[in-house]
Amino acid sequence: MTRKGRRLVLIGVAGVVLSAAAALVLTALNDTIVFFNGPTEIVQNPPEPGKRLRLGGLVEPGSVNRQGPDVRFEVTDGNNKIIVAYAGLLPDLFREGQGVVAEGSLATDGTFRADHVLAKHDENYMPKEVADTLKQQGHWKSDVR
Amino acid sequence: MIAEIGHYALVLALVLACIQGVVPFWGARRNDATLMQVADGTAIGQLIFVSLAFAALTNAYVTSDFSVLNVVENSHSAKPLIYKITGVWGNHEGSMLLWALILVIFGAAVALFGRNLPQRLKADVLAVQAWVAIAFLLYLLIASNPFVRVDPAPLEGQDLNPLLQDIGLAVHPPLLYLGYVGFSIAFAFAVAALIEGRIDAAWARWVRPWTLAAWLFLTLGIAMGSYWAYYELGWGGFWFWDPVENASFMPWLAGTALLHSALVMERREALKVWTILLAILTFSLSLLGTFLVRSGVLTSVHAFAVDPQRGLFILVILAVFVGGSLALFGLRAGGLKQGGLFAPVSREGALVLNNILLTTATATVLVGTLYPLALEAATGGKISVGAPYFNATFGPLALALLCAVPFGPLLAWKRGDLYWAAQRLWYAAGAALLAGAVAFYVEQGGPLLAPFAVAIALFVIVGAFAEIVERTQLFRVSPGDTLRRAAGLPRASWGAAFAHCGLGLTLLGVTAATAWSIERIDMMRAGQAMEVAGKSLVLTETGLRNGPNYQDFVARFTLRQSGVAVTEVESSKRVFAVRQMTTTEAGLVTFGFSQLYVSLGELQETDGAVAVRAEWKPLVLLIWIGPVLMAFGGLISLADRRLRVGAPRPARARLQPAE
Repeated sequence: MTRKGRRLVLIGVAGVVLSAAAALVLTALNDTIVFFNGPTEIVQNPPEPGKRLRLGGLVEPGSVNRQGPDVRFEVTDGNNKIIVAYAGLLPDLFREGQGVVAEGSLATDGTFRADHVLAKHDENYMPKEVADTLKQQGHWKSDVR
Repeated sequence: MIAEIGHYALVLALVLACIQGVVPFWGARRNDATLMQVADGTAIGQLIFVSLAFAALTNAYVTSDFSVLNVVENSHSAKPLIYKITGVWGNHEGSMLLWALILVIFGAAVALFGRNLPQRLKADVLAVQAWVAIAFLLYLLIASNPFVRVDPAPLEGQDLNPLLQDIGLAVHPPLLYLGYVGFSIAFAFAVAALIEGRIDAAWARWVRPWTLAAWLFLTLGIAMGSYWAYYELGWGGFWFWDPVENASFMPWLAGTALLHSALVMERREALKVWTILLAILTFSLSLLGTFLVRSGVLTSVHAFAVDPQRGLFILVILAVFVGGSLALFGLRAGGLKQGGLFAPVSREGALVLNNILLTTATATVLVGTLYPLALEAATGGKISVGAPYFNATFGPLALALLCAVPFGPLLAWKRGDLYWAAQRLWYAAGAALLAGAVAFYVEQGGPLLAPFAVAIALFVIVGAFAEIVERTQLFRVSPGDTLRRAAGLPRASWGAAFAHCGLGLTLLGVTAATAWSIERIDMMRAGQAMEVAGKSLVLTETGLRNGPNYQDFVARFTLRQSGVAVTEVESSKRVFAVRQMTTTEAGLVTFGFSQLYVSLGELQETDGAVAVRAEWKPLVLLIWIGPVLMAFGGLISLADRRLRVGAPRPARARLQPAE
């Protein structure tokens, strides 16, 4: 094979891999990314049931209730609340009145079925999305961060 | 006083770095040996002064000197000594100081062990290394000074983030930084080669040990971080595709590609331009990782400081070094001489395929990591890109690469024989089919991809040793003969075999622990039992226990199998008083390579019941044994005679006129 031919093979292989990867990335970005919403956004503009999304806000004090493996709590941004159902252990930093992000989808009955629950990492940190949502809703306390 | 000495030492190190960035470089342009030799002294001087600064900060932590702001914010007098020491880098300023310390350690190592380097190359390398040092020392002094005093000094500190009060902090960051920063040497060599406008096989022989060393530290650092997250975060995950993890994974992928392309350059003088580009990209990704983690654009357990000024500073460093080196590359790369020819099916061809797949995989990770940031900056929309994206993009590329791995070492340089190589792999393919079939039968309707991945893993694990088997003529000559041949094999061959085998083990562990883990969650009271994976976990008692700066809520369990008590296991919730923060101390029971993971959830005050989560994780330990084996392979390769510091002189004499 000539030098040119070899180079063509090389470019061909690289081209195939790159275009395959580009196709994978584009379809994956369409199918797998998850949008972030606050309770008010969900109430005003309900997503179709089953669509994956992230819900962020504060845990409503007094709303946490565990029964066996299942736990339910409410996420609020001060104006609206969404009930979250989760089968798992809540993270160490989960606390009533504190920021939380739940990932999952809305069930037909309006509860949010979460398969992941994330809480803020320490007192200096709140999920950025939650902080922004709270700011939008005018519930931002400067001492939170 | 000691803090001021540390601060002053940093300033002196900066002055030395400035000298080292200019004088040897100028000397190299004028071919002045005296000027070039200045770099040796300044590199060692930098090491001394930054070590002094580091020692000063460590002293402030160990003696709980609360007149230093950094200590106040991140330490507490009741903290155990080990965490006082590791706490030095358990915060933004201290971790940047560790970054700088490792940078100057590598610089001094080049000065000390690079005696065989051509003088001009060495001077240029150390000058480039000094430019990086200048940037980071300036960053420390201007935007992240760890020695700032606070007046009046508080009586007590605010304690270290409890998640970091773990032996993991002693190991994970230093290893990771040895990797990240170690790639700066490959970068410095690449830029020096571009400045000189010349590069040859000897260059690759000098770069390879440094890259190999950085790579093996990074491998261990990432694996250690993953294990730490597994047992400390309380939900038993080992990899979250968190942007911060990706930030360390991307330089690892690019560095792995660099290792392999440097091999081609060293043996065959091909892929010169590409190798240079990879060296630049690898370190650029390390810098990008530092930026992502340290700037506060991401929120994560690693982001200590949310400070726009710092982020901007690192962004400028990133832009200058990446932009500058790529511009230099654009100017000079065209002038580099083309290397040896090879057929598409050959060792070189296989290594090129490795590089294509690795860099493409790096790109998919990069897109997934940066896309949410870009989208938010552009439209304000908030999205998250999680595991499903990476499984769908990185996954196929990685599996394709793994299928090709066993073939590589069996192909000859220049022109290989794929059919011959495939014949040498029939037993690996047999083992793979068998394992896949067994997995399919045993899992009974589990995920379909899992037996497939198990088959690939076995193919890689067994196939990794095909080259050794072939070259020692195993079972075809007498055992003594085989042993003699095995001893005579280059260590790099053994290194590659172990590293590739480790890769297969990791895949096996990831597959089994992901596809076949069994999770049970329930509220339990003392005396109650929970069934998981054919075992019975009985809660025997709960209680409180005091530690030095925390209080544990402990639950003790007895694990029974077929009615017999096998072992005891303890899991706890640890409450740290100062920060009012809780961490999970998971209980782990090991069965071979598998583990039972027991963690506690919330406690019901009313009736004393506690939420318990038990997860059976088959073969989970292989996830971390794999990388350890990879690093071991790297270590063996590093000991290869051909890589001993300094290349054989005749090679250099022969190669020099080829300019």
